[in-house]
Amino acid sequence: MRFLPSKTSKGMIMKVRVHVMLKDGVLDPQGEAVRHALGALGFDGVGSVRQGKVIEMDLADGTPESTVAEMCEKLLANTVIESYRIEVL
Amino acid sequence: MKAAVIVFPGSNCDRDLAVAFEKAGLQVQMVWHKDTDLPAGIDLVGIPGGFSFGDYLRCGAIAANAPIVGAVKAHADRGGYVLGICNGFQVLTETGLLPGALLRNAGLKYICRTIGLRAEGASVYTQGYGRDTEFALPIAHHDGNYFADEATLDMLEQEDRVAFRYTDNPNGSARDIAGVLSANRRVLGMMPHPERASEAAHGNEDGARLFAHLAEALTAA
Repeated sequence: MRFLPSKTSKGMIMKVRVHVMLKDGVLDPQGEAVRHALGALGFDGVGSVRQGKVIEMDLADGTPESTVAEMCEKLLANTVIESYRIEVL
Repeated sequence: MKAAVIVFPGSNCDRDLAVAFEKAGLQVQMVWHKDTDLPAGIDLVGIPGGFSFGDYLRCGAIAANAPIVGAVKAHADRGGYVLGICNGFQVLTETGLLPGALLRNAGLKYICRTIGLRAEGASVYTQGYGRDTEFALPIAHHDGNYFADEATLDMLEQEDRVAFRYTDNPNGSARDIAGVLSANRRVLGMMPHPERASEAAHGNEDGARLFAHLAEALTAA
């Protein structure tokens, strides 16, 4: 429970955004489908489209980035196929 | 011989798997995902198909962290047998008990039809099928596109751990892989559904051979 932000005390929350993307070299069929659809709409020159996920979290202020990295490794990303990037807002 | 079938919220092949196990002569107990221990004396754990936890985040990702999974891992570490089918295969890769991952099908479509297979890697699961005899099982999945890096794929082939290959790759799986074995050959993950082809009323009994030989091997052990 240590990550739950307090509802009463503003300023005790830190916002973190985790970007999860398929690794380079892992085929992204959804991105490919989007690329084709953009071409069909007449947008020329779309070389590549990669589709990923954005996960936003409210964490207790001062949560170390290493803890967020642990969340990514254990659950938020599957590092066999995905890479992640942590952005503290 | 005793088997457990794990039930997650969203599992939908759990009862079919239990019926197939029972038909092969195994005693079956259903085990809820919130339990932390397997019943005593379990030889085989079945992880069924379905859409555990709504496939949220990634297929199998939430289930792989459910309370019962610690006991399933311990069972596998002790040399116990684990069979994961479809979503069960996805759960096993997410737990790390099997290498690789299942990606979205290359054609982006959910595929539900019967496909051709060949068995390869020696195991209690594959011994009912000759190495070069084609057989057929149904698949029903959106994310069955097996992926692993080249080194892992080479290792799986060198160690004879590819249990099943598609004869006509339906989903983009690397090297046509439909099922893989653990290093000790006792954990199998596979996308096709043998439990949906295990009695005459199913119109196909090719899956029954897997369960019959598995039960026989466990009983002889």
